Amino acid sequence: MSDKVKVTIDGITVEVEPGTSILNAARQIGGDIVPPAMCYYSKLEGSGGKCRTCIVKVSKGSEKDPRPMPKLVASCRTTVMDGMEVQNITSPEVLEARSGVVEILLINHPLDCPVCDQAGECDLQNLTYEHGLQKTRYEFERRTFDRIDIGDKIQLHMNRCILCYRCVFLADQITEQRVHGVLNRGDHSEISTYIQQAVDNDFSGNVIDVCPVGALTDKTFRFRNRVWFTKPIDAHRDCPTCSGKVTLWYKGENVLRVTARKDVYGEVEAFICNTCRFEKKQTSDWVLEQPTHISDASVIASNHYETMQPLPVIQVNLKLQQANKIELEKTSKF
Amino acid sequence: MLKVEEQQPEVFPETLIEKFNEIISRYPEGKQKSALLPMLHEVQAVFGWLSVPSMDKVAGYLGIMPIEVYEVASFYTMYFLKPQGKYMLEVCRTGPCCLVGAEKVMAHIEQTLGVKEGEVTPDGLFSWRGVECLAACGFGPVLQIGPEYTFYENLNEEKVDQLIQDLRNK
Amino acid sequence: MGRKLLLEHINVPGINTFDVYRQNGGYRAVEKALKMTPDEVVEEVKKSGLRGRGGAGFPTGMKWSFLAKPEGVPRYLVCNADESEPGTFKDRFLMTHIPHALIEGMIVSSFALGAKTSYIYVRGEMMPQVRILERAIAEAKNAGYLGKNILGTGYDLELYVQPGGGAYICGEETALLESLEGKRGNPRIKPPFPAIAGLYGCPTVVNNVESIAATVPIINDGGDEYAKIGIGRSTGTKLISASGNLVRPGVYEIELGLPVEEFIYSDEYCGGIANGKRLKATVAGGSSVPVLPANLTLKLANGEPRLMSYEGLSEGGFITGTMMGSGGFIAFDEDQCMVRNTWNFARFYSHESCGQCSPCREGTGWMEKILRKIEFGEGRMSDIDLLVDVARKIEGNTICPLGDAAAWPVASAIRHFRDEFEWHVKEPVKCLETNYGLANYAVPIAKTEVTT
Repeated sequence: MSDKVKVTIDGITVEVEPGTSILNAARQIGGDIVPPAMCYYSKLEGSGGKCRTCIVKVSKGSEKDPRPMPKLVASCRTTVMDGMEVQNITSPEVLEARSGVVEILLINHPLDCPVCDQAGECDLQNLTYEHGLQKTRYEFERRTFDRIDIGDKIQLHMNRCILCYRCVFLADQITEQRVHGVLNRGDHSEISTYIQQAVDNDFSGNVIDVCPVGALTDKTFRFRNRVWFTKPIDAHRDCPTCSGKVTLWYKGENVLRVTARKDVYGEVEAFICNTCRFEKKQTSDWVLEQPTHISDASVIASNHYETMQPLPVIQVNLKLQQANKIELEKTSKF
Repeated sequence: MLKVEEQQPEVFPETLIEKFNEIISRYPEGKQKSALLPMLHEVQAVFGWLSVPSMDKVAGYLGIMPIEVYEVASFYTMYFLKPQGKYMLEVCRTGPCCLVGAEKVMAHIEQTLGVKEGEVTPDGLFSWRGVECLAACGFGPVLQIGPEYTFYENLNEEKVDQLIQDLRNK
Repeated sequence: MGRKLLLEHINVPGINTFDVYRQNGGYRAVEKALKMTPDEVVEEVKKSGLRGRGGAGFPTGMKWSFLAKPEGVPRYLVCNADESEPGTFKDRFLMTHIPHALIEGMIVSSFALGAKTSYIYVRGEMMPQVRILERAIAEAKNAGYLGKNILGTGYDLELYVQPGGGAYICGEETALLESLEGKRGNPRIKPPFPAIAGLYGCPTVVNNVESIAATVPIINDGGDEYAKIGIGRSTGTKLISASGNLVRPGVYEIELGLPVEEFIYSDEYCGGIANGKRLKATVAGGSSVPVLPANLTLKLANGEPRLMSYEGLSEGGFITGTMMGSGGFIAFDEDQCMVRNTWNFARFYSHESCGQCSPCREGTGWMEKILRKIEFGEGRMSDIDLLVDVARKIEGNTICPLGDAAAWPVASAIRHFRDEFEWHVKEPVKCLETNYGLANYAVPIAKTEVTT
């Protein structure tokens, strides 16, 4: 097909459909060169562009107009052009700017990971581990909010929120009546219902799954266990409302929580209904399939019985090394 | 979190409803949400602030979810989500006005009224606050008073005293 | 005397009414434009070299020619009257005193773009101006210049005034469109640009008040005639809002290319620094542009006089230059504290950040807190470098230009006035009582060290 456009990311070339974003093109290549995304969610229309962690450098605009783009761009909302060349992890400028974004995201984040239910599967935690500074330079009081319950199953812990807007897009897209939104502005912005109100519809529980941090948590799972001590199993049931395809999180014999199945980028494969999520916590409710595949990089895998091989310390990316052969030779030469 | 039960539902006068209809007619079919900002101004001009019941009513009128109104009302600084004094003195506190004495004017207002920024005087007449640039930098210090946003320019302490006196006697 | 195009009749009594405006040659441009084709009108504006007066300085004619024209889809013209850049008040002045100049410009521009409905988005705080414009629109409609079949040409145009709700960010064109659609003023992610998908997803042009008003003399006298005024690529006249410690602050219409020194000191314009004091620094184009010390304001790095034009003010880049911006000229006298002023501006941007993207939402608040600390004598030396670094992390890394606008004043103040910031750190008690003063900011350029 000649309709496809060619884009080169960190030296690796891929052909994608016109209209694809740089981020999605990178995801087609996979591996280390995929920019991290905190706010973009491929299943939520309109999401992205806000957190700025996925920024990349466009060193060549396109075959027709080879000028580089003047600023770093958000890869999730920038469309590829034919012949475009993009630098992500091969550009020190990008890595520095990204670590700046991480520092800025953290200045008002409570860093209460030891008591946060999201720890172990938190995008922000992973991002900070990779790009964060050892010490914050922020020395002022962090902003705080009261914890609020939005419905009897979901707790909103606004202190941890990074305002990715995913939960708002989700409510707009898959529910009919949105009752929560973003209030106020600037660094006082908050996700809220404004008046005491329950977020109550069949699919509201999905806000927990799309939340990249521990701002929206499952009250039925709160403080029950650390995620890395639980064992995820893929299961399904015949559900009249949703696909019924879920992951059950076991501790011993007990199902501690039910979530939607997530792909390698932490995105939900299919949204599930609240009945499946909150009310079906018996093994007998489900048909078990197999242990969920968990990435070796995840802390959850450390307790996982699927992987028998010891984890490699650094994953070798042959494709990337091949693409950047000249650069590599320089490093060894000097 | 607000307590809604304390807020009485407002009764919208007929003139307000007429105004609503006129505003909505300015936009293409189906784009009536555009009327939200002007409508909230009209409601605030009548009641002095935006209560939850009145915002819900506006939402019902436009056929949108109440949260969409709360989102907008809390984003823009001109909408009051709490009752204010009858006269809200809004003093510009941005750079150019500060160069010519806005800070002094604000201190003087605070002293004269005896209430802090954002508070209401016991008689319910006055409240004051510093606001960002009012686009009258060459005539600073300036303040404005809603709902028609009457402008007072080149202020000094005497002019402020006079203004407060005039408003008291009104 | 420089030529006046927009403010020519400003002193005529009653010029804010339709009749007096008409008697002074008003609405000639509408009559002339409606006899031309829309493309010819666009061509005249292109020839004039008019550049956007709202801040970015993008050629207006070019912006117009980018407008997509799909069949059966309405197009919109939206006038950006959400003037809230600190230091800028020209649009308020124009709308208050000569509202018909804007209305006339709106008719001409709407015709050129093929818009049948146009909106003037006025910031909510300018409620009196909203009323003035509404009255002016009613007058023009009565006289047959608006509504159905204008002057019998078959062209229909409805013009509406939309009040904002109090948000600086709505001066950004896509945030303005969001606000006009009744939403929070969050800037959109571009592309698509408004020329392709703007208001209600339709092709839209957003122009500043002054740009639209400037189309009137362009049509009346011709684009070529307009292009003769000014200097180089800065054609025509520009309204400058002068504020701060000046003898006569106010709105002045200048021919682009006027020396800055003449603008500050001549009696025709600002008349010098108030109370016999000396000039310390200026912000030449509204609070977002880099601040300059007095010596670099008046002269370029090579000693030549600095001119008020898009190129003249940006001569020297961000090292020794600044920008034209929206023409908000703020003068600081020798008793002003640069730290306090920078803090004030940082507070403004922190207050006005929409909170959508993280560097701006969190970074502007962070800068404000550090600056407050330094201003009140609690800062450390390392805070100054930290500020520069935070500013660098925000700049160019946000959805809209507010991030840049917040970073530039801080970065430039430290670049040019670093010794004053350091003095605040070294003299934590003294800085609360006295000011640093003029220091060497007015000495000849050669002796000033420029730190980057």
